[in-house]
Amino acid sequence: MIAEAGHYALVLALALALIQSTVPVLGALRGDRALMNVARSTALAQLLFVAASFAALTMLYIVSDFSVVNVFENSHSMKPLLYKITGVWGNHEGSMLLWVLILALFGGLVAAFGNNLPLSLRAHVLAVQGWIAAAFYLFILVTSNPFLRIAAPPIEGRDLNPVLQDIGLAVHPPMLYLGYVGFSISFSFAVAALIEGRIDAAWARWVRPWTLVAWVFLTLGIAMGSYWAYYELGWGGWWFWDPVENASLMPWLAGTALLHSAVVMEKRNALKVWTILLSILTFSLSLLGTFLVRSGVLTSVHAFATDPARGVFILLILCIFIGGSLSLYAWRASTLKQGGLFAPISREGALVLNNLFLTTACATVFIGTLYPLALEVVTGDKISVGAPFFNLTFGPLFVPLMLAMPFGPLLAWKRGDLLGAAQRLAAAGIAALVAVAVLWAWTFGGSTFAPLAIGLAVFVISGAFSDLAERTGLFRVPLATALRRGRGLPRAAWGGAFAHAGVGIALIGIVCETTWNSEFIGSMKPNDVAGIAGYQLKLENVKQRQGPNFREMTAEFSVTRNGGQLGLMTPSKRDFTARGSSTTEAALLTRGASQLYISLGETSAEGAVAVRIYHKPMVLLIWWGPVLMAFGGLLSLSDRRLRVGAPKPAKPARALQPAE
Amino acid sequence: MTRKQRRLTMIGGSLAVLAVAAALVLNAMRDSIVFFSTPSMAAEKQIPPGKRFRLGGLVQPGSLVRGDNLAVNFSVADGSATLPVSYKGILPDLFREGQGVVAEGMLDVSGVFKADTVLAKHDETYMPKDVADALKKQGHWKDEYGAKPGAATVPVQTKGASR
Repeated sequence: MIAEAGHYALVLALALALIQSTVPVLGALRGDRALMNVARSTALAQLLFVAASFAALTMLYIVSDFSVVNVFENSHSMKPLLYKITGVWGNHEGSMLLWVLILALFGGLVAAFGNNLPLSLRAHVLAVQGWIAAAFYLFILVTSNPFLRIAAPPIEGRDLNPVLQDIGLAVHPPMLYLGYVGFSISFSFAVAALIEGRIDAAWARWVRPWTLVAWVFLTLGIAMGSYWAYYELGWGGWWFWDPVENASLMPWLAGTALLHSAVVMEKRNALKVWTILLSILTFSLSLLGTFLVRSGVLTSVHAFATDPARGVFILLILCIFIGGSLSLYAWRASTLKQGGLFAPISREGALVLNNLFLTTACATVFIGTLYPLALEVVTGDKISVGAPFFNLTFGPLFVPLMLAMPFGPLLAWKRGDLLGAAQRLAAAGIAALVAVAVLWAWTFGGSTFAPLAIGLAVFVISGAFSDLAERTGLFRVPLATALRRGRGLPRAAWGGAFAHAGVGIALIGIVCETTWNSEFIGSMKPNDVAGIAGYQLKLENVKQRQGPNFREMTAEFSVTRNGGQLGLMTPSKRDFTARGSSTTEAALLTRGASQLYISLGETSAEGAVAVRIYHKPMVLLIWWGPVLMAFGGLLSLSDRRLRVGAPKPAKPARALQPAE
Repeated sequence: MTRKQRRLTMIGGSLAVLAVAAALVLNAMRDSIVFFSTPSMAAEKQIPPGKRFRLGGLVQPGSLVRGDNLAVNFSVADGSATLPVSYKGILPDLFREGQGVVAEGMLDVSGVFKADTVLAKHDETYMPKDVADALKKQGHWKDEYGAKPGAATVPVQTKGASR
């Protein structure tokens, strides 16, 4: 009964989406306010029905109703409640349902808070959202219905893939989808602007916060996924340049570019046509990511099941939306008025440079990800493009980007003073040189690249705060005055500084981890001691244990350094009986930002365990950096300017809520 | 500067960056792309020692020999040819004889494949997609290889200490 209700709610949501995608457009054509207002109510009702459908599926998982194929294939009655719930999106059908739920959520937010938008713009935006939603409802109902029943219900389910039975599944996919799907809003705004043939102040004011929301979630989602892979897959890597990871990195790069070009548009009314194109491209890359991950063209942890019909369907959606929006762009972009002249050396110029490098870096990732697929289709040769390719292309493009990063905020709009900016960055430059010199001396004879890269990171971090120090008069006026001025600065200025510093911090983590990480691989028996990076790890004992839906072998290591006891580490290997598969649970010991990492391999006949131990210096900075970036994004989002909204001539402006 | 000059500066700058990126991509394409081969394809193409490639096939039953210090030797077969592989490190959880495997590395002068990465999946009936396609093409595919279609599978990589 619950399953049928969920199915029915989804069909109704499709019907509402179809109304939402046609009636408001008709209304805008005729100038009929009532018809245009249909968009608002259908968007809200649609959200209600999708939420009901999603709740129904969640309910089926919680009560372990194995008469539903999806639940049978991905759940188990012994599974802890948290994993029963997260298991809802730990499979293809459920994750697509989450996708449309979030899409409907964003549509609902525009409908609920978009009262100060011009009526026809809101109608068009919601109609475009309706098109996307209708396409994905159809996809789910036709190829991936999560509510199908089995004629003869089995007693027990097949259990969720053990790798996914982790708290990471509760956080990573929803975050990532909030990012992916969040870009649909800027896409809809872009398409609406192209349909209407004009962009006004409200447009720019709206697109930036929505992009920012999506970007914050995507940043956190990617970082979370990376940390999850790091501790769950058991060999200490945190980024593999796997096509699925690239699929999330591409919209992030394009979205970061969009975030910056939207600033130019908002403040200076320039780069309109480019911003529209970027909005389209960013969401197109999100769709491409969905296609790559969900169609089964790639073998990966994310490709839950392979069914050619699904691949073809998503490819069709992809072609219609990307092809359609780009054609519309080619046809209508010339009608948009260009504005805001600026010199090459200016804030706008710096942001153009940022866009240039980010989109080019995105293009190289695109080539590296899709070239093997294209080659296989054309010549049948199978190749793999791995880390070396991306290190050689992506890396060099990021160096100039990061060098230029501190300069951007110091340049004035319209016409900037490069020399003046350089003078104000002198302190940051000196800090960077000192860092390089100290590291060089300290690691003499080691890597020459690492000190330089860390110097660059120090330059980015201190450069990010130079602007703030300058504006508050830090060290020139009494501290209290500087603090008061700091509080008075717009939050967006603080947000930008934190986000930029986050990039530098992540770079330090990446460089330290890759350059100075040490590893020990060997087989150990109880009472054996392994030494790594000044730590002694003694294997105390190996135990067997029974968990709720798995059997587990745990090894206990005591960690000492210079005779002092630091703690116990207990890595384990779990065998999941229902699926006959096993996972490696790594043990982590955090010391500052560095970590010790142990994972277990196979056990030999003599009772020795294969052990892999890593010492990863500063590794946590890799994820603290993105967290800081996201924090910066949230700070920017809380800026008064975005809350107040664009001034409107006649009616008093109503408060515009950022979409938290 | 006039509007036209400004626009030209921008376009020139963009083209310069794109040219650099294109050069980087082409350079990386030449050096860092790894081809996939089965043992018989490797024999056919006469891959020279020292060239990196991915070797895929089935682990020959009875060929697995464990040495000291996690050294492992096994053979990869595809029905018509076999290739000996040596690897040092921890094998993936579900590395089994008679099952599919993908190893990355290069041939040494004696014709042994020195693997530094071994990929396998967290599923008993796992068959890497590349291996399955190659076996099907060569007519060695048996239906039981793919006995559990639709089951979620996960690639797990292990890296050798020799890197």
